[in-house]
Amino acid sequence: MNDAAPNAHSAAPARRLGDNAPLRLAEGGLIDRSRTLAFTFDGQRYLGHPGDTLASALIANGVRLVGRSFKYHRPRGILSAGPEEPNALVELRSGARREPNSRATTIELYDGLVAASQNRWPSLKYDLLSINGLAGPIIGAGFYYKTFMWPAAWWEKVYEPLIRRAAGLGRAAGVPDPDTYDKANLHCDVLVVGAGPAGLMAALTAGRAGARVVLCEDDFRLGGRLLLDRREIDGRSALNWVAATEAELAAMPEVRILRRTSVVATYDHGTYAAVERVNDHVAEPPSHEPRQRLWRIVATRCVVAAGATERPLVFPGNDRPGVMLAGAVRAYVNRFAAIPGRRAVVFATNDDAARTVDDLAHCGVDVVAVVDARPQASAVMADATQRASARHISGGAVTRVHGRLGVEAVDIRAANGATARVACDLVCVSGGWSPNVHLASHLGGRPEWDATLAAFVARNLPERMDLAGAAAGDLALADAFTQGHRAGSAAAEACGFSAASAPIPLLDPESTATSPLWRVTGTRGKAFVDFQNDVTTGDLELAHREGFRSVEHMKRYTTLGMATDQGKTSNVNGLALMAELTQTSIPATGTTTFRPPYLPVAIGTLAGHHRGKEFRPTRLAPTHTWAKEQGAIFVETGLWLRAQWYPTPGEKDWLESVDREVRAVRSAVGICDVSTLGKIDVQGPGAAAFLDFLYTNTMSTLAIGRARYGLMLREDGFVMDDGTVSRLGPEHYVVTTTTANAAGVMAHMEHAQQWLRPGLDVTLASVSEQWAQLSVAGPRSRDVLRAVVDPAHDISDAAFPYLAVAEVSAMGGIPARLFRISYSGERAYEIAVPAGYGDALVRALMDAGRAHGIVPYGTETLGVLRIEKGHVAGNEISGQTTARDLGLGRMLSRKKDFIGRALAERPALVAAGRPALVGLKPVDRSLRLRAGAHLVAQGAEPTAANDQGYVTSVAHSPTLGHWIGLALLSGGATRHGERVRVWDPVRSGDTLAEVCDPVFYDPAGERLHG
Amino acid sequence: MRIPCVYCGERGHEEFAYLGDATVQRPDASSATAAEWHDYGYVRDNPSGSHRELWQHVSGCRAWLVVTRDTRTHAILSVEAARDVALSREKAAP
Repeated sequence: MNDAAPNAHSAAPARRLGDNAPLRLAEGGLIDRSRTLAFTFDGQRYLGHPGDTLASALIANGVRLVGRSFKYHRPRGILSAGPEEPNALVELRSGARREPNSRATTIELYDGLVAASQNRWPSLKYDLLSINGLAGPIIGAGFYYKTFMWPAAWWEKVYEPLIRRAAGLGRAAGVPDPDTYDKANLHCDVLVVGAGPAGLMAALTAGRAGARVVLCEDDFRLGGRLLLDRREIDGRSALNWVAATEAELAAMPEVRILRRTSVVATYDHGTYAAVERVNDHVAEPPSHEPRQRLWRIVATRCVVAAGATERPLVFPGNDRPGVMLAGAVRAYVNRFAAIPGRRAVVFATNDDAARTVDDLAHCGVDVVAVVDARPQASAVMADATQRASARHISGGAVTRVHGRLGVEAVDIRAANGATARVACDLVCVSGGWSPNVHLASHLGGRPEWDATLAAFVARNLPERMDLAGAAAGDLALADAFTQGHRAGSAAAEACGFSAASAPIPLLDPESTATSPLWRVTGTRGKAFVDFQNDVTTGDLELAHREGFRSVEHMKRYTTLGMATDQGKTSNVNGLALMAELTQTSIPATGTTTFRPPYLPVAIGTLAGHHRGKEFRPTRLAPTHTWAKEQGAIFVETGLWLRAQWYPTPGEKDWLESVDREVRAVRSAVGICDVSTLGKIDVQGPGAAAFLDFLYTNTMSTLAIGRARYGLMLREDGFVMDDGTVSRLGPEHYVVTTTTANAAGVMAHMEHAQQWLRPGLDVTLASVSEQWAQLSVAGPRSRDVLRAVVDPAHDISDAAFPYLAVAEVSAMGGIPARLFRISYSGERAYEIAVPAGYGDALVRALMDAGRAHGIVPYGTETLGVLRIEKGHVAGNEISGQTTARDLGLGRMLSRKKDFIGRALAERPALVAAGRPALVGLKPVDRSLRLRAGAHLVAQGAEPTAANDQGYVTSVAHSPTLGHWIGLALLSGGATRHGERVRVWDPVRSGDTLAEVCDPVFYDPAGERLHG
Repeated sequence: MRIPCVYCGERGHEEFAYLGDATVQRPDASSATAAEWHDYGYVRDNPSGSHRELWQHVSGCRAWLVVTRDTRTHAILSVEAARDVALSREKAAP
């Protein structure tokens, strides 16, 4: 874009039209005519130039009709030249990259761009659903609530498909987005939002003072309004000043300029969200770059110089293609050298629109009439009108727009009431400017009404934020410079820098005088307040008649301000009309709440890299590679990927594999990676007392070199977690947690350590990731370990009995920890080595075990083994069960305080009828039990009132030869031998089961000892 | 929100986990009544304004913190290490 001369605006009047775009000026503008870009809109091929937006290129090509409206399918054209655009929404790109509701006014043109209009059928020009326009009275305000109320069944079958077909915006791609999105953090002293005159001045001042500055600009080009107004600064084109400022900022090492970056949200304590469109201006992002990047910016100070948004005027037909904002028209003719029409009428309430009159005349557009709504003639407007040789109508109004697919003529009513028809193809409207107060209001500060400006301004600013320029309500360019400088200095100084004063540039004269006109009265026909949601003055009147008088009710009932543009061009007009209807003032009517984001943000941008499998990290067990080599089937358990079973050739289903694994453990030996259990190292003189406080049973009496099963409660008396506690030294324990609760138990223990027992000298460290731990279980387990644990260590039963613990070495000097603990009920050990040796350990154990018939087993077999033994796991420790419910009441020490002790004794938690853990066997042993099935008494109806509990875990027990289950059954401990009905409505199960002790296998526990 | 951790300095709130009211005190197990345990377990004020809260810097130094925060404005009024608060409370107790 540097090819365009900075003084492009001050080029001699270019009355000739150039290139093959019919409405492109031959000279001027910030476009690069040396290069041509081809693009298609609704299948038609057009040409544009670098520097164009899709909207400016369409205008240059004479395309006026760009979309159909939401409800009435009315023809719509381009209204604005910025992100506030309500009409010109298109589907951008095609296939998987198609993006609906893209604003043509902010889409940077690139070669090969493909865009399509939305919400039209069968074509943009002949939209059959525009019949909705005739059915207007039916689909007015609140039509959702009235028309589609009844019958309820019609919603799904009739109303919803109908609404989806008739109304609505663009279509999503419907297939996964092939592009990537990034998230990043940025810290700075001063964040400047907006690179118009105020923002550039603020950034320059703070940057010169030495502050770390981040300057974010929505546009792909810096300059803001200086790009669209032909202004002079220090006697030269304002573009010279922009170029010089940009060059100075770019040369400052502490200043970072983010173009194509919209700051969309203000959060607490100087945190902001910004979306950088890194590669929306190219057909496809380079493979190493994201399409968009979401920035979290933390700034000590923030200067919001986000400018202002021009308001349309409300009169019948104000939505016809060819009715455009006066400021936007200047952008098209000056910045893009594209003229939106050849015969223009300007209809305005303020002196700013006089610039549009001048600029149109400057580039050869015939300005036929200037309609100033103000009854008192404005000298500024009158002079511009005279320069353009146009008719000047003070105190007048446009009362009607002729033309169906675009403006062909307007009716102009003079102050004396006489109406005349004037042929034209462009109507430039301006109802004044509304400061963009959104970022200043996201934290709840309500903007206040300023009668002189006829706009809401932000007064209760968030801490660390300042406003400058039009965003602050200072619409004059001179104020933008002085306030930008002031805000930049103040921000730098608040960060500890001292800012020098800078000369404020000398400017050409200007007037920002304005007087509001909220609607043209005494007219007939649809006058639109909200273009994007098709809300008319009639809808507001209807809402008012029906009692929706609060501004928040009015918004929801009429849907004003609720579309993707969030009412950027419609809210203030809507509020003012609401105030008029309720006969209150605008400040008393108030605004609706401003909520982030300021602009629509794609969900993909918010998700960043957290998509699909990368939504969460995947944790791999230390033996993962080895397990994969064995052909293990894996299962996700929390973040972990664990081996679920290890199929061998010839096995027809998982059950066959699991049965084989279980039999091997019960008859020979099996090996399983249990590294996923949480492992916490507890050390210090206070360690024993600390663990006594955490666990229901006593750990201080545990001998060194011994392990004990431990149970933890929450303070409310319910079971939190279980695991083993092993004592390695007088002041050194290592405890395990369940896989799922590892993080929660760690935080719980730290809470107890720092908050509940701060006086105990104890240190905690999570060592879950530092140790690879394998379970070696089965009658031959010791034989296998003997070959792996170094010979110096005696692991005979006499030296290393059940529940023994020792620090040993293995595989020739690798430090290891050996635990004789058992989950399976068999003689079993767990051996831990530093995580990096996990792979070597599993291979060594498998080699050593081959002669003993060793098999690897997965989580399924782990589950079967524990269910056969009646051990509880996550299904039973559900957060709703007590130690007594689980048959663990004997573990509640009566000799000490521990977390949960007091509240575990509450009457309801010790009541006799509570569901308690039982075992279940199907009476017909060939039948299968299902977890989740509910229990009712034999012969009782399966109703909620008869519910007596549910099945928590089931397994096929190859040891017993039939299905078994664990269940929580009311009063279960006293009901062994009874029969209950096991009812599973989800899978049509209805079986009779026998209640039994939860320990199905080896109830005396003899096998533990070998 | 940004929370100034006493050990790590100011960090984004996403590094912290919230627990709740830091003004409730675990009753003395040797003497507390059932009602006191109930209140400790379940009764919390929901003040509009200044509130003392327990947070943990889980993605940082793992310190538990007592954060005094204005619930209306999210202004952080003070941050103390929970251990220090608990120790001085123990010292003050008879």
